[in-house]
Amino acid sequence: METVVKNNRQIKVASLSELPVQLGKEVIVNGHEIAIFKLANGNVKAIENKCPHKQGPLSQGIVSGEYVFCPLHDRKLSLEDGVVQKPDTGCVKTFEVTVKGDDVFIQL
Amino acid sequence: MAKKHLVLVGNGMAGVRCIEEILKLGGNEEFEISIFGDEPHVNYNRIMLSAVLAGDTTVKDIELNSLEWYEENNISLYVNEKVTRVDKENQVLYTDKGRETSYDHVILATGSNPFILPVPGADLKGVIAFRSIEDCETMIDAAKTYKKAVVIGGGLLGLEAARGLLNLGMEVDVVHLPEYLMERQLDEVASGLLRKELEQQGMNFLMSKMTTEICGTDRVEKVKFKDGTETEADLVVMAVGIKPNIAVAVESGIEVNRGIVVNDFLQTSAENIYAVGECAEHRNMVYGLVAPLWEQGKVLANHITGKHQEVGYEGSVLSTKLKVSGVNVFSAGDFLNTPESKSIRVHDEFVGVYKKVVIQDNKVIGAVLYGDTSEGTKLFNMIQSQDDISGLSSVNIIQNVGTDDAGSTTTLSDQDTVCGCNGVTKGEIVRAIKEDGLCSVNEISSCTNAGRSCGSCKPIVGEILAETIGSELASASNKETICGCTDLSHEEVVEEIRAKGLTHTREVMNVLGWKTEDGCSKCRPALNYYLGMVQPTNYQDERESRFVNERMHANIQKDGTYSVVPRMYGGVTNPADLRKIADVAEKYQVPLVKVTGGQRIDLIGVKKEDLPAVWEELGMPSGYAYGKTLRTVKTCVGESFCRFGTQDSIGLGIALEKKFERLNTPHKVKMAVSACPRNCAESGIKDVGIVGIEGAWEIHVAGNGGATLRKGDLFAKVTTTEEVIEITAAFLQYYRETARYLERTSHWVERVGLENIKEKILNDDKFRSELVERMEVTLSTLVKDPWEEIIESETLKDELFKNKRIEVLQ
Repeated sequence: METVVKNNRQIKVASLSELPVQLGKEVIVNGHEIAIFKLANGNVKAIENKCPHKQGPLSQGIVSGEYVFCPLHDRKLSLEDGVVQKPDTGCVKTFEVTVKGDDVFIQL
Repeated sequence: MAKKHLVLVGNGMAGVRCIEEILKLGGNEEFEISIFGDEPHVNYNRIMLSAVLAGDTTVKDIELNSLEWYEENNISLYVNEKVTRVDKENQVLYTDKGRETSYDHVILATGSNPFILPVPGADLKGVIAFRSIEDCETMIDAAKTYKKAVVIGGGLLGLEAARGLLNLGMEVDVVHLPEYLMERQLDEVASGLLRKELEQQGMNFLMSKMTTEICGTDRVEKVKFKDGTETEADLVVMAVGIKPNIAVAVESGIEVNRGIVVNDFLQTSAENIYAVGECAEHRNMVYGLVAPLWEQGKVLANHITGKHQEVGYEGSVLSTKLKVSGVNVFSAGDFLNTPESKSIRVHDEFVGVYKKVVIQDNKVIGAVLYGDTSEGTKLFNMIQSQDDISGLSSVNIIQNVGTDDAGSTTTLSDQDTVCGCNGVTKGEIVRAIKEDGLCSVNEISSCTNAGRSCGSCKPIVGEILAETIGSELASASNKETICGCTDLSHEEVVEEIRAKGLTHTREVMNVLGWKTEDGCSKCRPALNYYLGMVQPTNYQDERESRFVNERMHANIQKDGTYSVVPRMYGGVTNPADLRKIADVAEKYQVPLVKVTGGQRIDLIGVKKEDLPAVWEELGMPSGYAYGKTLRTVKTCVGESFCRFGTQDSIGLGIALEKKFERLNTPHKVKMAVSACPRNCAESGIKDVGIVGIEGAWEIHVAGNGGATLRKGDLFAKVTTTEEVIEITAAFLQYYRETARYLERTSHWVERVGLENIKEKILNDDKFRSELVERMEVTLSTLVKDPWEEIIESETLKDELFKNKRIEVLQ
């Protein structure tokens, strides 16, 4: 368990170097599950770790480009805006990510 | 210039569609739009109410225009508010909430009301119509407490209500006054077929019955008929017809007949007041189907925005294409025979298809289709065009035989409606295909809504697709490509990997022109498999291209926990292992311990973070109960204890499991060894099933006990266990090399042909030994148990299994 003081609403959730490429990381902030992804292009994305369909843990899904596929029923979600892709519907919360040096911050 | 105020009275399908057409023509610049509706909802697809009732969809899903749509288009929406009167002299309208609004144009789209039989008791509780979301909800509620429903009216609506009530678990009587069902859409033969089908589905029909009274004290209890009979009822649904809702027109002194009378430009007798949809009467016709309503909406939109003034509405030829309780029916024109007409008929009782085409003076004047409605559009066009058909043979009229063109859709014009439920024209579909580069019917559906409701137009959408992008491309899109990211088939991709020596999923996608940047959850695991299969010694397996279970080496459950199945070779265990399993289950509070169908033990509900520790404490290899690989070899007791056993089934089973464990295969592979034909290990339904007989082994292949049960085929009979292992190795390697990813052996054998596989493996010794050799190379790379590998690697444990917990202090 790490304890951090909230600073300007940004909190450090990971080190860039410890995040594996295209494998989600589950970060639990005050009991709230967030999935962090380092994409193939090096960008980092953060979304709520619950598929709107049946609460599948999105951090365990296959990551392709800017999308993640839910491991339970293969819903496709955009990591950019959290929107479930057609023909399914729904949306998950996304979090703004900032990378400074090796530190990955998200905005709660 | 100030905008003109356009008021739509009625927030239903016809009116709102007309507003959509007006918006398309830039109406937002010219008009300030208000819509009044007396229902509490946004515009929804009334046609789909029966699907809501049947439980196939939800109220939310049948919304046609969301609240945001009204907002985005600056439309003021007043729900639950009814317009009561229009003062046509002063151009003001009044509502039941005391509102007064001045207007420049009014469109009346008040639709119709259900016709309620004027019999005693029609006002009792439990007597309803089937017209609105509220009616649907009443029926769903009633089904929770009551048992017996009576639907009065054997037309389309009545039958759909009856089907929905059956789905809700009620007993249903359908009462119909004429002698046969849907007499306005079907002839007697088709109607008889439909009745037989619906009776099989559980409907009870009371035909030629006139309802005279509905009885009950407070709530309905029974329905009485003119012939003196009666039937019990807890719920009565009246579906005997609809009548145009003309109340506001009458109140306002606008000319009405059966409906609100309009001319070819949908103008009523009052200036600046128009009517569209079911409430309007045009050239003595009142339409209750959607296609004419869409046409009217377009004409009115053109007129009101001042575009194409010269084109008026000239009425619609009616065709009905419906799906009733899963049965496709179609009718158009004058489909009942008269002394002047003759008909061509086909009636195939085996497949349940009936077709009748009515011809008079060498012209098609009507048609009825039951079961297969694919020729509906073509026949409808023949009726409309009134072409002389004397040059055509009967067969050509009644089916698409010998026509080389892409089907019947070439004769459709861009304005023709293809999807009646959602009012999508051929032109809109073609535009979507061209502009958005669509290449499958499903893509077209999600883009245009065509085919999303009853689905009966999907074959036509497919034909339009073929016509637009060429049948080759369209069938290419129907060929089994790996996924939507590529037009290449599985075989083509494997061939390219071999020919070009591709070594990485990303490289495959680049070189072979993938349409997406980085593939998807379908192609990435497939490519990962193919690359590993082609280059067993060099390829570095990609964890990130593995489906969750194969990446985590455990089976994900619906709550995000995992299940753990340790190897138990041949289903044989011992007290020490059982004790370890019990200890681990207790220590990690495993919620469910279950014996699997493959003769081992499943620990279900293990937390992701506990997985490495659980494996370490078990100290057993992974049972791969999650993988596209050999799962288990099920065995019977065999000769060592069984009094019937003639062979050592356990010994052979364990040998096979140890040899082939960890092997990557296109889909999961299950095996079994039984020591005698009693087949206690169920060898007949395994991918490879071995059966011991006196002095020999039978090898059965491609059996499947899953969703589509398939009995295995006898592949070979051999005398030694060495031969069993050799043939199994060759068979599995041939499967690995030629099956498509996610294709089970049962489907593969059907596709490739058992004889072909036998020829290659049993008769071609050289080919067989090459297969075995390649299998051996592959097996030689699979030395490490994955659980052990993870236990030993801190990096893997961190990357895959550890969550990060952060507490933020405010």
